[in-house]
Amino acid sequence: MASYDPKTIGDIHRHLHTHMPPDPALRIKALESLAVEKGLVARETLDTWVEMYSEKIGPKRGAEVIARAWVEPDYYDRLMEDAGQAIKDFGYQGHATEHLKAVQNTPDTHNLVVCTLCSCYPFAVLGMSPLWYRSAAYRSRAVKDPRGVLAEFGVTLDAGVKVRVWDSTAELRYLVVPERPAGTEGWSREALAAIITRDSMIGTERDLKLEAT
Amino acid sequence: MKLPEDALAPLTGVFAEPWHAQTLAAAHGLIRAGHITPTEWAKALGAALAEAEARGAPDTEETYYLSALSALEGLAPLNETELAARKADWEAAYRRTPHGKPVRL
Repeated sequence: MASYDPKTIGDIHRHLHTHMPPDPALRIKALESLAVEKGLVARETLDTWVEMYSEKIGPKRGAEVIARAWVEPDYYDRLMEDAGQAIKDFGYQGHATEHLKAVQNTPDTHNLVVCTLCSCYPFAVLGMSPLWYRSAAYRSRAVKDPRGVLAEFGVTLDAGVKVRVWDSTAELRYLVVPERPAGTEGWSREALAAIITRDSMIGTERDLKLEAT
Repeated sequence: MKLPEDALAPLTGVFAEPWHAQTLAAAHGLIRAGHITPTEWAKALGAALAEAEARGAPDTEETYYLSALSALEGLAPLNETELAARKADWEAAYRRTPHGKPVRL
């Protein structure tokens, strides 16, 4: 039978009212408050990053870049030559994309991007990486069994299609340029960008659908 | 492995917990300010993820961010003692602050 223990009730009550954050939240709070106090990092830098990556920076940026490359051959050449420079036209350069390489899918080549070490990713053009990209399962299997991984994403490649797996590093990240689908001749850059998905720019999707997702 | 998510879904719920975002923001801030190099960060994060996997931690978002936090604590130019003391200060601040009031050290 339940009994009334004033001390326990008091403890529960105090706990509810102080909303003690979970342990890791306190750890990062300690770290960031010390770092700001010591002048290692500005409070605004931290707040801006959280706001930008929570609300503003996402894969639409990469889609805009690729749509432009599809319609402007000169821009396509610049993107393939040095993607890190080419995205500066959009003002999308930033953390982790100084050295960016664009890799083009063709009828007989499919590109797949992974970071086997940790989770290196072209954040400035694709936003926050999806959870599966950071999972141990994806990181360990994308190199060993790319076709198996692609099949799990619903991508079945003909035997004649070669898969190239690009292992991202802190110094060099990759952006897959998917093939422009047939039937999109004459489309505007905006309409084209709308059908380019995040996964197609990582390589876990291949054939783009004509309807925007 | 998880199934593909909606690729161009609105950017809501990018971070499940505020501390997830704060951890990456602090790593980014320290890298930008030159206190940590991108390579040091990648190596430390990779080592923390490998360690988590080796001890059988579940392959989840929580594990990823806990690994990132450990990597960051190891690399930030702050020592363990001051981090632990500051964490204790925050705990004390939360305990003494009445509900609804801003928590200050």
